[in-house]
Amino acid sequence: MSIFADENTKVVIQGISPSSQGLYHGLRNRAYGTDVVAGTNPKRGGETIEGIPVFSTVAEAVKTTGANASFISVPPPFAAEAILEAAEAGVPFVVCITEGIPAHDEARAYNTLVRDFPGTRLLGPNCPGVISPGKCNIGITAGDIALPGGPVGLVSRSGTVFYQALYELTQKGIGQTTGVGIGGDPVPGTGFTDVLAAFEADPETKAVLIIGEIGGAAEEQAAEFITAEMSKPVVAYIAGVTAPPGRKMGHAGAIISGSQGTAKAKMEALSAAGVTVALNPTEAGERMVDIVKNLA
Amino acid sequence: MDLYEYQGKQYFARFGIPVSPGGVADTVDEALSRAEEVGYPVVVKAQVKVGGRGKAGGIQLAHDADAVRRHAGNILGMDIKGHVVHRVWIEHSSDIAKEYYASLTLDRTAKKYLCMVSAKGGVDIEEVADSDPGAIARIHIDPVDGLSADEAAALVVEAGLDAEARTGAADVLLELYRCYVDGDCDLAEINPLILTTDGRVHALDAKVTLDDNAAFRHPEWEEYAGTETTDPREQLAKEKGLQYVGLDGFVGIIANGAGLAMSTCDVVEQVGGKPANFLDIGGGANAAQMANALEVINSDENVRSIFINIFGGITRGDEVANGIVEAMSRVEIASPIVIRLDGTNADEGRRILAEQAAGKLESVPTMIEAARRATELAGGTSR
Repeated sequence: MSIFADENTKVVIQGISPSSQGLYHGLRNRAYGTDVVAGTNPKRGGETIEGIPVFSTVAEAVKTTGANASFISVPPPFAAEAILEAAEAGVPFVVCITEGIPAHDEARAYNTLVRDFPGTRLLGPNCPGVISPGKCNIGITAGDIALPGGPVGLVSRSGTVFYQALYELTQKGIGQTTGVGIGGDPVPGTGFTDVLAAFEADPETKAVLIIGEIGGAAEEQAAEFITAEMSKPVVAYIAGVTAPPGRKMGHAGAIISGSQGTAKAKMEALSAAGVTVALNPTEAGERMVDIVKNLA
Repeated sequence: MDLYEYQGKQYFARFGIPVSPGGVADTVDEALSRAEEVGYPVVVKAQVKVGGRGKAGGIQLAHDADAVRRHAGNILGMDIKGHVVHRVWIEHSSDIAKEYYASLTLDRTAKKYLCMVSAKGGVDIEEVADSDPGAIARIHIDPVDGLSADEAAALVVEAGLDAEARTGAADVLLELYRCYVDGDCDLAEINPLILTTDGRVHALDAKVTLDDNAAFRHPEWEEYAGTETTDPREQLAKEKGLQYVGLDGFVGIIANGAGLAMSTCDVVEQVGGKPANFLDIGGGANAAQMANALEVINSDENVRSIFINIFGGITRGDEVANGIVEAMSRVEIASPIVIRLDGTNADEGRRILAEQAAGKLESVPTMIEAARRATELAGGTSR
């Protein structure tokens, strides 16, 4: 099994046009095997682009094609609106890769989903997307760096280290059930704990690799969740081990996080939760090799 | 983007938050003019984006023109924690009865806004948070609901603000909320928020961080461009649209994505090298961006080797390779280059480099090996 996206996932690309990023990535996803069933564009309803039927609204696309996931890569000023349109149309899974959405737009969209559309899961924004190798790829990950068959679930805050980690596993012959890039924005729709819970519940996922980075407290929360809820082995790498102290967001920001946020604090929290902590992505892959060997 | 105090106060004023009358000055003569305009006594305040100005002597009270001349002369050019003062803010001195604290920011853990108010203002609020956390009243605000007048009124009571300050402080909170949200701030902080001896509440300082992602709907922010003083390497990188942080090592780093750039620095340190910088060429980096990045790194005299670490997603390996070839034809790159290229169109990229840049750079298959090679080429010893 996979989490969030699999062979039954039908994707609608929001904001499609012949020159859009959405089309470019959507075609790559389709070439990978993803079932891309529709596109939307208020000005192009009724057209067909590269064999993809275009609808004016997400609601129409869902009604006609049975789309159950959406892919958003529209420019930042329109992204929050696009997320809510998908939610209103009843799409259960929305992947938004758009980078640069204003924080207040993101915070409002997230809290609107929580309140009014609890049945919609948002992945991102500002994330590489999700890949269930051999089944479905929604987003910007190069499909050939992933290896089908499991047993490892991967979740990452950073985009390019997500690719690096997938590649490290694949090169070592370790397959993945699903790789999830949650993105590094201030208000991600899906957090580490959501993904960890899904991997814990997935019988085919036997171990989990977490890629974190400095700042915020998401990794510390993940550590708490692992202590309380996870039975499967977890390996982690935190990017920014050697980074100098970053820019603090004034005193108010520092108060919220306290000592949290440094790579050291995150690594200590994860170690205390029984996680195997690696110092770089290559080492993380090597540790996972050891764990997968012992599974058998 | 962080604003200077004077910019923050002007920003506050747009949203109706009361601030003292004042003006900026870049010279002693200008400071004297501003002082005449706002009326004595005045406070001369250094404009730097760093805390601890008062302790460093960057805030001085002046009762007459001689004092303004003396203080402005001392403060202009003063070095406060590495920040040189080029500008002072002259404002009419306030008669302070009480000093409070108020702020709004995003609590990333709760995914809601956090408003904090304290009767213990005017001091380092982080110390208050450590020593007396109960002295800070906090409320989470759902961005969909906003802050209500009743909540603001309750919060100033909970924070223990004096009775005569409560109405004014609650009004300031509502205005600060509007500034924070409509003004697209990441942080809006007033420390101290004062009660004057004649019963008025107003902002005596302003700490504002604007959300750069919202710049597209704030054309008025353009006035803040060019008032930022940074490391000259960082300035050059910023002009070229690159995310750059100067470090003190000798291996120049170029990577795509902030995570991979940090990870590249990690690996270079772990094999015994020292990164000269963090440089993220961005998710959709193209040939021009790569050429710009190489120029920025090339301008750093401390750099003895360059490590380009690219994992293509949106970024395509062939474009990266073309950028390197283009940059090498445009500028004489002083240091040896090691590149590690994977991901989207990496094969095509490696082929382009092998054909067009052979002998000018080394292509190394893995991140760790590339970090070792870059360290060796910089004259370091790799582990």
